[in-house]
Amino acid sequence: MSSVQIDDSVRATDILKELKRAGVRFVVALPDRTTSERLLKPMLGDPDFRVVQVCKEDEGVSICSALHCTGHRALLLIQYTGLLDSINALRAVAVEGQNPVCMMVGLLGKEPGVPPTGSKRYGLRIVEPILDAMGIEHDLIECFGDAAKIAPAIEHAYARSQPVALLVGREPV
Amino acid sequence: MVPVYKAAQEWIHISPSDLNYTFTGAMGQGSSHALGLALGCPDRRVIVLDGDGSLLMNLGTLVTIATAAPKNLIHCVCENGTYETNGAVPIPGAGRFSFTAMARAAGYPKTYEFSDLEGWQREVGRILKEEGPILVTLKVEPGESYPEDFRRLYSVERREAFRQALQRG
Repeated sequence: MSSVQIDDSVRATDILKELKRAGVRFVVALPDRTTSERLLKPMLGDPDFRVVQVCKEDEGVSICSALHCTGHRALLLIQYTGLLDSINALRAVAVEGQNPVCMMVGLLGKEPGVPPTGSKRYGLRIVEPILDAMGIEHDLIECFGDAAKIAPAIEHAYARSQPVALLVGREPV
Repeated sequence: MVPVYKAAQEWIHISPSDLNYTFTGAMGQGSSHALGLALGCPDRRVIVLDGDGSLLMNLGTLVTIATAAPKNLIHCVCENGTYETNGAVPIPGAGRFSFTAMARAAGYPKTYEFSDLEGWQREVGRILKEEGPILVTLKVEPGESYPEDFRRLYSVERREAFRQALQRG
């Protein structure tokens, strides 16, 4: 049973490869149990990434936006609670400011195989409706093969100069 | 230059330039934008003119900046004890805490504090040449009124002009 689940999970190496393919150089991060072990910790030791650790997620929205102005691509790696906490910064800096803030958001506690809107957790159920209400595009990154969505989603965000949220539905393997 | 709120309304008249970055959007975010600029342009000097109410809204930025340690960032906080843009209501704890001490405790290697114009005029040239990150507390009083134009401050077109000015070098 567990081996079937593992085989179906998104690979961390695929995610990292796709981020590099998309030209992401800076990673602005707060830890989330869904992504810390397989993504953030490897990034901290990877010379291809410059990780900037922040104290609060809204700082990261602004840092990523300013980095965009300087010609660098960045990823904001956070937990969904941090996304909820950063709504005003996302509204003002990313959406109204037309900045391609690319977020990778860990959905801590989401049940594998269950869509976020079907989760038993209220906080998870409201994530996608809030993003929809704000006009922020989002993709679920959960299963094997989902990593292929990452580079196109980032390219699209930069082409539109609008934010995007890549929702990590379970811990990558 | 990254001025916020009242400082931004004044600065765009005092020193108009395409290299003024006023697109901070949400209150408290000026220093975070400045950090992004400083990291992305290590060969340029970035100065943020923060406000006291704004910095109170994002105090974690002191630790974030001190940890990232950009040598090209000077963080000035204009401390007038009020939310000047929002009706001049006093900030909480006005006069009872020290941004300078907070920044030092957060890990800023250098801090300064000025409460008289002469001292600032005497030292500013030297401070601007020093290696950062530096926090400078400027104890100021509300000054003359400048026209408010938030649409200008947050204009996407102006931001594109900033990007192009940055690329021109």
